[in-house]
Formats: sequence, structure tokens, C-alpha cells
Amino acid sequence: MLEPTIYELSSQGRVGVLFPAPDVPNFAIPQEFKRSDLPLPELSELDVIRHFTHLSSLNYSIDSGLYPLGSCTMKYNPKINESTARLPGFAFTHPLQPENTIQGNLALMYDLQEHLKEISGFQAVTLEPAAGAQGEFVGVSIIRAYHRHNNDQERTKILIPDSAHGTNPATSAMSGFEVVPVPSDPRGNVDLAALHSVCDETTAGLMLTNPNTLGLFDENVLEVVKIVHDVGGLVYGDGANLNALLGVTRPGDLGIDIMHFNLHKTFSTPHGGGGPGAGPVGVTSKLADFLPYPIVEKIEEGTDELAPLYGFVTPRYSIGRVKSFQGQFGVLVRAFTYIRMHGPEGLRKIAEYAVLNANYLLSKVRDHYHLPFDRTCMHEFVVEGSWHDIPDVHALDIAKRLMDYNFHPPTNYFPLIVHEALMIEPTETESKQTLDAFAEALVKIAEEAKVQPELLKEAPHSTPVGRLDELRAAKELVLCCWLPDDK
Amino acid sequence: MFIPHTKAETAQMLESIGVKSIEDLFSVVPKIFRFPNLNLPTGVTEMEVLSEMKDYAAANETVEDLICFLGAGAYHHYIPAAVDMLLRRGEFYTAYTPYQPEISQGTLQAVFEFQTLIANLTGMDVSNASHYDGATATAEAGIMAYHNYRGKRPKILLSGSVNPHNREVLCSYLCGFENIEIETAGLENPLQTSPDELIRLVDEDTSLVVVQYPDFFGRIFDLSRLANEVHSKGAMLAVVANPTALGLLKTPGEFGADIVVGEGQPLGIPLSYGGPYLGFFSTKKEYVRKIAGRLVGETVDAKGNRGYVLTLTAREQHIRREKSTSNICSNQGLMALAATIYLSLLGKNGLKQVANLCYQKTHYAAKKINELPGFKVHDEQPFFHEFVVDCPIEAKIVNERLLENQILGGYELEKSYPGLGRSLLIAVTEMNTVEEIDYLVNSLAEVSHA
Repeated sequence: MLEPTIYELSSQGRVGVLFPAPDVPNFAIPQEFKRSDLPLPELSELDVIRHFTHLSSLNYSIDSGLYPLGSCTMKYNPKINESTARLPGFAFTHPLQPENTIQGNLALMYDLQEHLKEISGFQAVTLEPAAGAQGEFVGVSIIRAYHRHNNDQERTKILIPDSAHGTNPATSAMSGFEVVPVPSDPRGNVDLAALHSVCDETTAGLMLTNPNTLGLFDENVLEVVKIVHDVGGLVYGDGANLNALLGVTRPGDLGIDIMHFNLHKTFSTPHGGGGPGAGPVGVTSKLADFLPYPIVEKIEEGTDELAPLYGFVTPRYSIGRVKSFQGQFGVLVRAFTYIRMHGPEGLRKIAEYAVLNANYLLSKVRDHYHLPFDRTCMHEFVVEGSWHDIPDVHALDIAKRLMDYNFHPPTNYFPLIVHEALMIEPTETESKQTLDAFAEALVKIAEEAKVQPELLKEAPHSTPVGRLDELRAAKELVLCCWLPDDK
Repeated sequence: MFIPHTKAETAQMLESIGVKSIEDLFSVVPKIFRFPNLNLPTGVTEMEVLSEMKDYAAANETVEDLICFLGAGAYHHYIPAAVDMLLRRGEFYTAYTPYQPEISQGTLQAVFEFQTLIANLTGMDVSNASHYDGATATAEAGIMAYHNYRGKRPKILLSGSVNPHNREVLCSYLCGFENIEIETAGLENPLQTSPDELIRLVDEDTSLVVVQYPDFFGRIFDLSRLANEVHSKGAMLAVVANPTALGLLKTPGEFGADIVVGEGQPLGIPLSYGGPYLGFFSTKKEYVRKIAGRLVGETVDAKGNRGYVLTLTAREQHIRREKSTSNICSNQGLMALAATIYLSLLGKNGLKQVANLCYQKTHYAAKKINELPGFKVHDEQPFFHEFVVDCPIEAKIVNERLLENQILGGYELEKSYPGLGRSLLIAVTEMNTVEEIDYLVNSLAEVSHA
């Protein structure tokens, strides 16, 4: 056991926090509504501090090392973001306060909307969606609402290239669309002939990830967009890979109609061990009326002496509300802090160095790993994590062995279209020295695979626990701590 | 700043790649759209950005500047200092979803503990690793119930006294489903409607009934009869619960709920203008394979050491793709950690104490306000830390005048219930002192005369 659970640490009668005694007369609580038992642990403050400090030491994180998890953009999370999001003027505001008491929040949200519009080339932005997947849901709901609004009821299909993110098909199906896969061509682009053959008057839209999950910018992107537009469909852009495009090109200029941003990827807000993210959505002007509510608008222009007045509006044909209140505000503050620090030149530099780092790393490992699509990559690239002559060694083994070299493994087994995929995204914040060390580890592991494959098969050797029995977890399904009073 | 490359290093890297300049890496981007000039203000230093953000923040009035009696789904509670100290550990907040369990045991065990705390708090068997917020968790309950009956029971019945945001979000997710029928009961007279009046509306077509506990108006109802009747029709009952109230009150599980969801913000998460918050979702064992989102399970490594992994992942979008019933990927991991730390610190006694303080102070406020001429508190039913008061004048005007007295008044119910133009929903928590409550009462007396 690495660390007992909070229930195992619990000691009856111990108290962590005291609250003041009631300063009002006593009111009896109706007996019939009182719960008989409250099975929560009893710990001191120090017990809690030590427990979670121990737990934190069992985690790998960006702060401790390279985290080249493809498609997740695990860049450095600047510390200043944490300070700005916690400013009492933000942290202590209630989501339902009257608009005139909350002009600072509204101004920030408005300015962030404007910045995202300019960065992406869209005409309207909502900050409401809680994460990328919810942004996708919003986008697909807008596609549906737009066609219905135009009495275009026969559009039942969403086309999804096989190099798209895994959430795309799930999102489309959730919204009642039939998912039609589109294959990639030998260069990793959307296969134009195949796209033509599935595009017709039943096409509601295409969900395009560009750069795609192979890390490749589609060489025919304008043609792809045109084919879908020509049959009356809309093009959704998955913005998860926007880090490669900041200041390089604007998805709106390329003809994309809708796109979600992942603020926790592109704009450096922390991933938090699984969230919170934030997934604002940008659209072209013809779709602005369908955005979820609320949207921040400037209600009255300012003057020299007077600040503008901001308020919430509901778009005319809004698809509705998709979460409580008005977005992951704390995440928005962090992202805006980051964008403001960069400005136009800084933003372009992010994309440039993200792409430089990926291509540099690729140049260092290309002689040792098979590259299914040999092109200049964008912010990430995919190699095969196996070799014909060593059939027993798999991508998973390489991933686990990397831990022994103190690196977080790349994304593995995704995208599905690459055999034994290892998807590597170094991000712009990593130095040449770090990339060299990582490349060296990858090269060394390729060597080990030949001469000492068991080193890989049994890896990791140096982590707090070894490979865990996932089958047992799924079969026995222990999802809660053992409680001391259990039998 | 955040990009470490020196000129010399960049040159070496370009050489290794075999290109002359960074621009050459982007030749695939259509030339006319390549390297646009972004019309944005120039970037600033850390020192300057902090000052800019402070300017935005200073344009707000906060619940620290004002005396807060506003709740309606987000509550001003005390957060012990230790919560944020631990959240700020980079090992937690700069990690991602624990796909690699060998180097993510910290996150995994914390989520496992979160699942346990939520299951115990709500009186259910299992909990998942979180949803975006209470409203999306409610929508996921609807989606789960719809699929549980394979779409053959098209009706979802909502009580009108479920938080309006939860109802709206549920509709945004589900109203477009094939053959779905979403019925909201008791919207005309929400304050005269009890959960038992939903019973006659439950039929063989109903998959799910959703009620809130305490309800949006703060009222506490016994849900056991409703649960029995819902089950007798073969349908499921979802309860939207307030986690602080569950420190004192009988659990939805004891009433027979099949699903318990709710907003976890009261568990150590700052108000932060509405997010990031935390949706929790717990249910009975028999539905565990139908839950959306991540689940952490206990297992062992090759040496027999206890460890934790993401489990039942075959349900999820990255594997099942279009056959998955939810697309959730990122959740609210760090907020779930905040709730885990908060509940560990407060423990059995602390949470009870907070719930009791909320109850006592709220009842004191209700009693005092009810004594004011012209004001009528809806106290026909037991309530927890919120109550409805009918004012002698429009609630909106009452609030405007309270604000002049530096009081953030209650939620104007007219915003969600046309016809309740004179009603305010007032929330009192452990943060409100008796002096503040008395000041509210005096101010109410004053503003209704003015």
C-alpha cells in the first residue's frame, strides 16, 4: 500500500476544522428528516495535508517533467494565471449578481470573446461551453438548428474523417446524426474522392480536425471545405489542435463555419488532473443567432469619462443553455491573462515553436521508428510503436519504458488508423535540451527492444506501482474505499 | 518568457530538420491565408498583466464587499485555507487525466476517495469522477435513463421546483432526441405543488422523474412515497441534491432514489462567477455500467500492491466512438479534488456543523422577516438554507434598494417564474452573522416603506 485512504486514516472523534457556535436561537430540525449516520472520515488538518501531499508525490505532472501527450497540448501553465484567477474581485463574485455590480467580469468576458474572434477569424463567440467535448456538442447542435431553421430536414449525416478526435463521432451520435466515416488518403489528407462520394443533400456537415490527429495540416483544406459547402453542408473545425495555427492561419478564413477552442490546451490553462477545461465556440455571422445563451454584449458604448456598459443577451434562435450560469469563468480569466501577455507576435511565436519542436523531435527519432506519413508535421507527429522484427514489443511497452527514463509517455493507440500508434506533442515550452534527452530515451528504448525486450515488457521498473491489473479492476469493480465498519 | 529557445538553438534545430527558417515549416498552409496580421493589442509583461487583471476585478462588487443573501444554486461558504494550498500543488493541477496509472496514483486515489465520499454523502452505491456542473449532471441522468429503456419510455417528468438552469440544460441535451417527451409539472403554482403531485403523471411511458432536494425554493419533502410510485410504474427517480444539506438530512438513497446528482460547488469551491464548479453523479450498483464519464477502480500490480486505474473505459467515447451515449472527456478533476479535500477536512462533524449553522441562521432570518408587516415567508413546509418571501412591493425594487444598503439580496423568482414578481428566494449560510441578518431585516422594513 502506497498511502492509506482517508477512511483508513480516520480516527473517531478527530476534528479538522472548527466553525463558530451558532449566534442565533436554536430551531429544532424535524426529526423525520434527519439522517441517522454521516459516514465521512474524521481527520486532523495535518492528517489531511500529509495525505494529499503524499498523494501528489505519486503523480507525474508538467511541473515535474516533459508530458508529450499527443492531442492534449501539455504546455507549461504560467503561475501568474493562478494568481489572476484567484483575485478576490473575481473569486468572490456570485454568478447571479445584478449586471451593474459585475461590470469587471463582463468586460473581461467581452474582451476575451473579441480576442478569440480575431485569433480565429470568426464573427461571434460563446464562452459558455465547459470543455472541448461540450463545445463540439454546441457546434453539432448549431448545425442541426441551422438546417432545421432553413426547413432543410433531410440532412441526417455528419461526415467524420478517420483522422478526427474520438469525441467527434460520439458527439454527432448524441445529437441524433448518422456518422459517416471518411478515409484518409496516402498522404494523411482527407481522401477527396471518398469525400465527394459521400457528400449529398443529406449531408448536415463535416467535422474536420486540422491539423488532424496525425499532426498533419490537410494539403487540400480549401477543397475539402468547398466540397462540403457545395452540397449545402457546414464545416465544423475541431480546435483541439489550434496551438499549431495561432497567428499562422485563421480557421474562419479557411472557410470553417464553427470551431471550438480548448482553452486548457492552446491557452495554457491547467488540465487539473482531468479538468476543468473550457470550450468556447466561434461561428461565422450566419450562425451567430444560434449560439447558446448567455453572450456578453456591449449594451452602451463608453465615453472618455464613462466605461462602456456590458450585459448579457440571448441570441435570437439560440440552441439554449448548455451549463449553469456563464461558463468556466476562472478558466476564462487564466486564458485571457495568457493571451494578453502574448499579443499578436507572441501568439504566432507559440505556434512557430510548437511546430519547430515537433519537427525537431521527429528529425531525431525518424531513423529509429517507422513513420506512417512522412511529411513536415505541425505541432505533433505519430510514429509506429512496434517493429516487424520484434513482434512481441508493442507501443504500450515503449510507453511504459519511457517512465523509467522519467518521461510521461505519448498518447498511445490513438489515432486508430496508425498501427501501434505513439502520438507525440512536445509543445513550444520545452527546451532543446529536454527534447534531446527525450529523443535519446526513445532511441535507447528502440535499441533495448532489440537486445533486451524484457526490459520493455516488464516496464515500468521505477514507478510507485508496477503495471496494474486492469482486468481485475473491471471484473471486481471496487469503486469505493473500504469503510472501517464494513464487515 | 515561456519559450526557452535561444537563437543558436533555433538555428541548430532548423538544421537538424533540414529547413532554412521556421516559416518554411508552414508552406502547406494556403498562401493567401498564411501569417495574417492579428489586430490585437501588443503583449505585456507579467507585472503589467497583473495590474490589468486587477483593474477588471476592481470593477466588480463582491460578496466580500456586499452582504450576500443570494444562493439559487451557488452558495457563499467558508473554504478552509488548506483546500487551496493543496490544490496549488503543481503535481495535482498540472497533470492530466490519469491515462497512465503507474505515474498517476495521486490523482487516481483522490478520485477513488471522491467517489466514496459522494456515494456516502448521497446514500448511494457508486459515484463517477464528476461532470461539468450540477446542470449537466442532471442532463446526463436524463440521457442515462433514456438509454436504460432503449428509448422505449420517451417521457421524462421534471418537477417545476427543480433549478431552472438544470431544466434548461436537460432540454438542450435531450429535447432533440427522437420521440422524447419532456414534461415539467407545477410551473404555474410551484409554491403550492408538492412532489407527491407528480405521482399521477407517472405512467408506463415514463423513464425518469426528476425532483430537487431541498428543492429550488429550499423546501424539504419526504420523497419516499414518490419513489415507491415511480418504481411501481417501472421508472427511475433522480434527485438533484444540495451536498451541504446532506450533512444533516436523510439521504435521497434512503428515500429510494435511483440517481442522485447535484452541484458540488458548496464543497470548498469558490463562487468564481459561476465556474469552474463540480457536477456529482451517484447511482445504484445495478446501473454502474450505464454511467457516463470516468470511473476509478481499485486493483493490484504484479507484486500485489494496491493501486487504482480508470475502469470500465469501454463505455467511453474514445473507444466506443459513435456508440457511446455521452461524449464527456475532460471533467472537473481539480474541482473534485477540492471537494475531496474539503470533505476530508470537515469530516463527519464539520459538515454537520456547517449544515446546522445554515439551518439555524436561515430559520432565524425567516422568522424575523415573517414578523415584518407586509412580508410573508413560505414556511408551510420545512426548509433548509433558503426560503421564499413574498414582499409588499416588487422584488426587483426591494433588491435595488437593498443594494444601496450594500446588501446582495435574494434571487428574484420572476426571472424564472413569471407571476412571482414579488417573491425573493433568500439564502443564508454560515458566513452570515446575526448582525448581518438583523441588518437585512431592518433594511427590508425600511425599503418596503420608502
